[in-house]
Amino acid sequence: MFATRWEPLAEMNRLRNEMDRLFGRWGRMEPRPLASTGYPPLNLWEDDEHLYVEAELPGFDLEGLEIYVTGGRQLSLRGERRSPELKGGTWHRQERAFGSFSRTLELPSSVDSDQVSAEFRHGVLTVTLPKSEEVKPRRIEVKADSA
Amino acid sequence: MTTTTMTKSQTGEVAGAENTFQATFMPRFDIWETEEELLLYGDLPGVSPDNLDIRFENKELTIHGRVEARHEGIEFLYGEYGVGDFHRSFAIGEAIDTERISAELHQGVLILHLPKSEKAKPRRITVKGA
Repeated sequence: MFATRWEPLAEMNRLRNEMDRLFGRWGRMEPRPLASTGYPPLNLWEDDEHLYVEAELPGFDLEGLEIYVTGGRQLSLRGERRSPELKGGTWHRQERAFGSFSRTLELPSSVDSDQVSAEFRHGVLTVTLPKSEEVKPRRIEVKADSA
Repeated sequence: MTTTTMTKSQTGEVAGAENTFQATFMPRFDIWETEEELLLYGDLPGVSPDNLDIRFENKELTIHGRVEARHEGIEFLYGEYGVGDFHRSFAIGEAIDTERISAELHQGVLILHLPKSEKAKPRRITVKGA
């Protein structure tokens, strides 16, 4: 699917990122090797009301991306990036990847599939998934007896 | 990379230096050469045109894209990539017409045209027969 030329420095950089991910920058996180081979790499976080999934997809456009939520617990992303058609020259360097990808992610909590929205800015996709009512944290009112 | 921001309090005193640590990454690039120009494509996701700095000096092309921190104070449930600035430089051997360098940025992809200067363009030499 993706073919990129091997580049030692980029590879080192990626390795460093991987080390950072495991030991450094996300130190407090469980070092779960969640499909670390998958494309695109994803970041996922939450607040009380939503889950957020972010991916770097430079050169894609929102129209060409397919985003599905299945059963409220599974997010699928699909897309394709075509290489520019150029003639009458030569490549000196080809590091960027082209082709199609498809990735499915199990969400850590169930979401309201109808309310999912996506934003694409400067090549960064952010999917906002509102949590379904039953998994939202609820504040418990403590009633005090009026004496 | 370390960025130091000095914040001035209303009384005019320096309130203190705030350090933010953000990693710098090497972006991926494709380079295409024709008789007319060098054409560079670079993946710089998260960089807006205002935050992109491109310099061409002494045959060295430097590209620096600043990425605004998007996840301050956020703990990731899954974190598969780090967010940071992009930096890369290339040594360009060709003579470039620096006046005509142009750049565009679409959806996180930089397209940079480096037109060759007239004298560097290949010329067909006509061989005269005797």
